[in-house]
Amino acid sequence: MANSFTRILSSKRNVGILSLVGAGSLTAGFLLKREHVTAGANVRRVYPASAEYPDLRKHNNCMASHLTPAIYAKLVDKATPNGYTLDEAIQTGVDNPGHPFIKTVGMVAGDEESYEVFADLLNPVIKERHNGYDPETMTHPTDLDSSKLTSGQFDERYVLSSRVRTGRSIRGLSLPPACTRAERREVERVVVDALAGLKGDLAGKYYSLTNMTEQEQQQLIDDHFLFDKPVSPLLTCSGMARDWPDARGIWHNNTKTFLIWINEEDHTRVISMEKGGNMKRVFDRFCAGLKEVERLIQEKGWEFMWNERLGYILTCPSNLGTGLRAGVHVKLPRLSKDPRFAKILDNLRLQKRGTGGVDTAAVGSTFDISNLDRLGQSEVQLVQTVVDGVNYLIECEKKLEKGQDIKVPPPNRK
Amino acid sequence: MPFGNTHNALKMKFTSSEEYPDLSKHNNHMAKVLTPAIYERLRSKQTPSGFTLDDVIQTGVDNPGHPFIMTVGCVAGDEETYEVFKELLDPIIMDRHGGYKPTDKHKTDLNPANLKGGDDLDPNYVLSSRVRTGRSIRGFCLPPHCSRGERRAVEKMSVEALDSLSGDLKGKYYALKNMTDAEQQQLIDDHFLFDKPVSPLLLASGMARDWPDGRGIWHNDTKTFLVWVNEEDHLRVISMQKGGNMKEVFNRFCTGLKKIETLFKEKGTSFMWNEHLGYVLTCPSNLGTGLRAGVHVKIPNMSKHAKFEEVLKRLRLQKRGTGGVDTAAVGGTFDISNADRLGFSEVELVQMVVDGVKLLIEMEKKLEKGQSIDDLMPAQK
Repeated sequence: MANSFTRILSSKRNVGILSLVGAGSLTAGFLLKREHVTAGANVRRVYPASAEYPDLRKHNNCMASHLTPAIYAKLVDKATPNGYTLDEAIQTGVDNPGHPFIKTVGMVAGDEESYEVFADLLNPVIKERHNGYDPETMTHPTDLDSSKLTSGQFDERYVLSSRVRTGRSIRGLSLPPACTRAERREVERVVVDALAGLKGDLAGKYYSLTNMTEQEQQQLIDDHFLFDKPVSPLLTCSGMARDWPDARGIWHNNTKTFLIWINEEDHTRVISMEKGGNMKRVFDRFCAGLKEVERLIQEKGWEFMWNERLGYILTCPSNLGTGLRAGVHVKLPRLSKDPRFAKILDNLRLQKRGTGGVDTAAVGSTFDISNLDRLGQSEVQLVQTVVDGVNYLIECEKKLEKGQDIKVPPPNRK
Repeated sequence: MPFGNTHNALKMKFTSSEEYPDLSKHNNHMAKVLTPAIYERLRSKQTPSGFTLDDVIQTGVDNPGHPFIMTVGCVAGDEETYEVFKELLDPIIMDRHGGYKPTDKHKTDLNPANLKGGDDLDPNYVLSSRVRTGRSIRGFCLPPHCSRGERRAVEKMSVEALDSLSGDLKGKYYALKNMTDAEQQQLIDDHFLFDKPVSPLLLASGMARDWPDGRGIWHNDTKTFLVWVNEEDHLRVISMQKGGNMKEVFNRFCTGLKKIETLFKEKGTSFMWNEHLGYVLTCPSNLGTGLRAGVHVKIPNMSKHAKFEEVLKRLRLQKRGTGGVDTAAVGGTFDISNADRLGFSEVELVQMVVDGVKLLIEMEKKLEKGQSIDDLMPAQK
């Protein structure tokens, strides 16, 4: 606990950070103990909490499941030191009631302190979303030592591509729902500065969304790298698309295997990917790249938002912990038609998506298969889960090809 | 952000130039007027309810505009916005409302007896007549900024006032969130139902938050007087009917508005109004009268004439498609309405529509007979 705080003290940005958080932050580990986070100034309110409480009767998201009138009344007067309020955090969940079959999270964090100041709501939401992980009592393991990964080379007759993604937030700057233009530009500056220091197979170039030429834009589209202004109301209602495309951009290395999005849903999204089934190499590059970027920002006195309860801090509570999704595009024509497919995936702690990403359908029995979990297990553990799981799926596919029967594996961990 | 006034304190830790928006690709009134110097002077300010400069301009920053259409690019969060940020808003108002100066006074005239004619627009050409405006309730924040509690209070107060209307104005309120399927279908068939806004111009201002909480539609039994509650403004008031009797539409409009105003006064509130800006609404484009009086009129020949745009300009009218703003005309039927909102009274604007549409129909008839319309060309109003 003292370690994370002394890291802040040693950074050159400590004056800015401490002035934002207030005098009460001088106790060690202040970010880890809610009662030491100094709340911001009073929130303007004219009506009592009961008159302001949202109508959630038609809602089906994690926020709506846990926001009782009592919790609302307790938290509605509070603001983080940066001025972020409960109503802002839950706005996306109020505006998007959800879907009967898909349970969305329904709230976001505006800054690191949101997870403290609004813990009475966020902790139960996190618990529900992350299968019982209790931020009050548990600790999250971080492990980016890719050398521990075993059997990370897939049969390329089945696996077409491999990818690992995560996000990182820059400590001391507000998150996309709440950041000011200056803060967003500062995130861009800090990250682009650091990325410029990458060498070897990680050396690359930054493409700012505001300054892109037509050719650059076309190239990025052809590479499937370009991200567009979000249209999903889940995202736009949180305020994260404000001032688009100011301070947004894409960085990638020359071999196009390491890619970073700046100021989209999070400060940064980091992606390692390649065609084929060499997940080991993808994960090696992922870890090496992340560690090098971290080293480069630390040289300038910055660091990532992280603590041992919640791991890496990101905008959406669903991405806490590792924020990691490791996946493959894999051909499973026979297995995908087997009625046991869903159960097999479930027991392996995997999820399927179409090859267009979340909310798309599979095309020609090629699926995107990735880890379900984010928080409570380390990066190495989650990627190993994907490696072991996908290898098992391929074995099933091969058995079915030969007319042999397959087995549903026992449930993995949770 | 909505009532996050402590958030403005965070921005003040950065310099003005670090926070200044990138408006290099923008074409809206706000982007034309805002300078780094104005931004620096105004960014530390906020209205008593906590509305800030960035709240005012966010929609204009997020929506650069269109090369051909000049949008306003800013909104008010409360009545005081127009005072606290007058350095920015006065030039925008001047630009948008034909040179209206900060010292000018706006005349309000809701006496329908002052309208000359208007009951005799040729029904062979005029399919329907309509007058709309908006009203804001003093003491409450406007849709971009209001809290759920405030919005619900506006709804409650408005519904109470509307429920006391009688005679041909007697009607019923349909809350968006409580509507039955049958009610919803009826409102759709009547073309009364409004949906959650999809235009990014509106969404970026924050006015669609908490939809459909506190929103609803009220209309009288004869479906000729209609009020939208908490859509773009606190209230949008509409009088409409088939045919060309604009006089009757305007009569009902004025009577209904005055009755509603009286009811609000009895409860100790009033509409936002002052003698410089007239009626105060969310969008600066709707200040003054907030009035759009229009008809759906069949002018297939006139609309193809080379001088059509010039005639409209001189008559101070504007054309739209029959689906409303941003739609195209269908089969030569246009929505023709007043172009102005501020600096002319309600009677004056409706008069312009009545006289102007009469002239357009005369021209249409001439063109039908193959005659020239040159001697009918009007002077610039």
